[in-house]
Amino acid sequence: MAIPALEEREFIERFGPTLHYGPMHGGERPKPDTHVRTHCCFCGVQCGIQLEVHDNKVVGFEPWEEFPVNRGMLCPKGVKRYMQNGHPDRLLAPMVRTPRGFDATGWDDALNRTVAAIHRIQARHGKDAFAVLGGASMTNEKAYLLGKFARVALKTANIDYNGRLCMVSAGAANKAAFGVDRSANPWSDIPLARALIISGANVGECFPILTDYIWRARDNGAKIIVIDPRMTPIARTADLFLPVRPGRDSALANGILHVMIERGWIDREFIEAHTVGFDQVSGVVAGYPPDVTEAVTGVPASSIVRAAEIWGPAETSMLLHARGVEHHTKGVENCRSYINLVLATGRIGRPGCGYGTLTGQGNGQGGREHGQRTNQLPGGRDIENPEDRRFIADFWQVPEAEIPHTGLTACEIIDAIEDGRIRGLLSISFNPLVSIPDADRTRAALGRLEHFTCIDFFLSETARYADVVLAGSLQEEDDGTVTTGEGRCVRLRQAVTPPGEARVDWEIIVDIARRLGYDEQFPYAIPKDIFRELARASAGGNVDYSGMDYARIEENMGIFWPCPSRGHPGTPRLFEGRRFHHPDGRARFQAFEYRPPAEDVDAEYPLFLTTGRVVSQYLSGNQTRRIGPLVDQYPEPLCEMHPLSAARIGVADGDPVRVETRRGAIEVPARLVRTIRPDTVFVPYHWPGPKSANLLTNRALDPVSKIPEFKVCACRVRRAGASADASGTVSDD
Amino acid sequence: MTEYEFFIDPSRCIGCEACKQACTECDTHRGRSMIHLEFVDRAVSTQTSPVVCMHCEDPTCARVCPADAIKQTDDGIVQSSIRDRCIGCSNCVLACPFGVPHYVAAIDQMVKCDMCYDRTSIGRKPMCATVCPSQALFYGTREELERLRSETPVNDFRFGNQRVRTKVHLMSSPGADDMDVDVMRFMAGAEPDVRIEELAVWTEDSVAARS
Repeated sequence: MAIPALEEREFIERFGPTLHYGPMHGGERPKPDTHVRTHCCFCGVQCGIQLEVHDNKVVGFEPWEEFPVNRGMLCPKGVKRYMQNGHPDRLLAPMVRTPRGFDATGWDDALNRTVAAIHRIQARHGKDAFAVLGGASMTNEKAYLLGKFARVALKTANIDYNGRLCMVSAGAANKAAFGVDRSANPWSDIPLARALIISGANVGECFPILTDYIWRARDNGAKIIVIDPRMTPIARTADLFLPVRPGRDSALANGILHVMIERGWIDREFIEAHTVGFDQVSGVVAGYPPDVTEAVTGVPASSIVRAAEIWGPAETSMLLHARGVEHHTKGVENCRSYINLVLATGRIGRPGCGYGTLTGQGNGQGGREHGQRTNQLPGGRDIENPEDRRFIADFWQVPEAEIPHTGLTACEIIDAIEDGRIRGLLSISFNPLVSIPDADRTRAALGRLEHFTCIDFFLSETARYADVVLAGSLQEEDDGTVTTGEGRCVRLRQAVTPPGEARVDWEIIVDIARRLGYDEQFPYAIPKDIFRELARASAGGNVDYSGMDYARIEENMGIFWPCPSRGHPGTPRLFEGRRFHHPDGRARFQAFEYRPPAEDVDAEYPLFLTTGRVVSQYLSGNQTRRIGPLVDQYPEPLCEMHPLSAARIGVADGDPVRVETRRGAIEVPARLVRTIRPDTVFVPYHWPGPKSANLLTNRALDPVSKIPEFKVCACRVRRAGASADASGTVSDD
Repeated sequence: MTEYEFFIDPSRCIGCEACKQACTECDTHRGRSMIHLEFVDRAVSTQTSPVVCMHCEDPTCARVCPADAIKQTDDGIVQSSIRDRCIGCSNCVLACPFGVPHYVAAIDQMVKCDMCYDRTSIGRKPMCATVCPSQALFYGTREELERLRSETPVNDFRFGNQRVRTKVHLMSSPGADDMDVDVMRFMAGAEPDVRIEELAVWTEDSVAARS
């Protein structure tokens, strides 16, 4: 039984988080031996950065101004990312659980235990009883390797990744609408757009570098429309701010399109020649005149009309969205509703015209392309498509029938651990205890595992439940590639080698595969070998990397896929020539009647809870909660709420409040701001334990993408310590 | 040599603090940020403003320093306080019209932005403007700025009676040439009998009367 053997205090003493301030703290920075040009380890922008290396440690950074995407710009996470290296919490050797907590052991012992557990569990409960969880912070090489490992060595259907919490609604919508899952345009198209819709994207905090692109668009005369329940930094100076009620995005998009059709601001010629399904759309949106849309969305009818006036007749335009519209039980419907706004104008596939979903994770794009998703094989291939299965089976030289079919998605894997269908788990680059909704259930599930092996560089909150912890690698300790949010495959360069006995992640996975008896299928000596294989595996697929190699990627500062041959320059902008990737070349419209979130507000839980990020922290915080200057910038979660709703429960700025949902409660300080809708509160989710926002959130999934509904559930808020009677239930007035 | 200049546009600022965090990484800053970032009023807005030194032609901070601890280089950069001279009196903190210097009790010394002198003096960009994701802090040539932006750079400021010209520019509305930060300046036109100097006295009197 995987129950942590130590008390919280003991875990923190031994494994952190320790606030690290780097070599500058109280001393001088050692003079660097080398500068390594690589990329930030955090978000999907993948800023170029130079790491300063001294004596096999990263001791600082220099901006890399020649890299064309960020031109030296960095957010605070990028500035301080080097401090994760040489960190006192770093795991230096494999460990096994003992009654005393964790003891260091040798690699043979650790890996043999993992392999024995795999054999034992699979023999007793079947192949699928052992699951694999991966992550979108991993390189393309590791994403490919992990997918192959699960299908070929473990033969389990149950592999999925933390992108299931991030990109999958957009991915499914892209695939359905365009026949391909990638941002349609390079970010360099943003400044060329004369109208921008930014929906559910806190650009200033989550993709800070793109702010400059958006301001340059404004400098060129663009009008900017921001859709968000909060007036985020990017919304503050927008031309039009639509403060949408959480969970109402599809209705809002329908309402804007309603006005556009009424006023004739659609491109009938384009719709006729290059799309399918517009009649269904015009039928649905006919039911969303401005007054009806206002009633559903909480956005004034006049603002809905104004949005159509800006967007409809614009000469060029880009629509950008992110988790704000995607983290819903109708995430795919929301995305497709916004895509309808793009297709209706025909403004896609040319300079300054298009669409993009802003990828949240470092390899949020590449991490979803090479086969670590349960429903996908390398090259963006479909695991249920017979032709795709045959291609990969031949390529891997395994019988097609042996390749598992679609298994469970990330949240469903946790559910299946809870109910005993899954007994064993191997996890890497994923901290589900902090990042999956309904954390108390996740905690209980982890405790039920018969065996849990975790590959990690710091002991995450989830890794505390492991039987075997394998000390893996930080991003700067390995070579490889990632594909950024604009579809540009870039090169990560190894700056240092892993410290102590720690090993690079891919070697660990390969070692387990070999111990399971699959030497021949995993013959790699260096990451480049894996890249060559994944590029060949992608040939002719939906996501084609076959013309890329490390040298070409480096020379060009990244190559956009598809890149199907050696001489091919890559494809920064999709759909040029107005040809989409469905077999008939046409894009697909589809509109949806609005339906409420899985859990809407009511008299008992009268406020919307929405969650998200702050600029100084990243995902579950396993890296950023250990970096002193980033923690100092925003030390603990706060509950943002409007003074109007705070006044009703007698709460002043800084007062501790208890935020409760049907799943749990947390106590955090209130931050009173007029920049949030009075019917909504916001709590960032980067923290574990009693202040974890995901104790509150709802593990209800989108039926298609299986993304959970992080962005809306029902809560109530009262002063911490106040009795439940004085819960300040907000009346409907 | 190309003339690089520093331009600040708080309206672009997203409050991310990359500038502050990067400032601590400049080798001569020894892990301490010499600049700060202010929320104008977080309760009502996400508006923030990065505060780097404006590098006045005639720096008030240096004028009021009793210890002669703040030096100006020949190229117009007003340095942070000299450790051996600064007595931590905070005269400069109170006197600076832009609110730039801050007193750090831990070292009993004033610190402020030196425009990354170790970088800018050899033709490189200051750390904060290099990393700034919104380019609210912009370091480049005037030609480049004019090509990219329509706002007007201003480096002539009036604080009541005090007129300050600075090396660093603040971006203002198109067509502006100087910037008044005191409402009295705008009162003066409506009350032709009252000269600006008298308005200053009037204000001080009224403050005294209230207290």
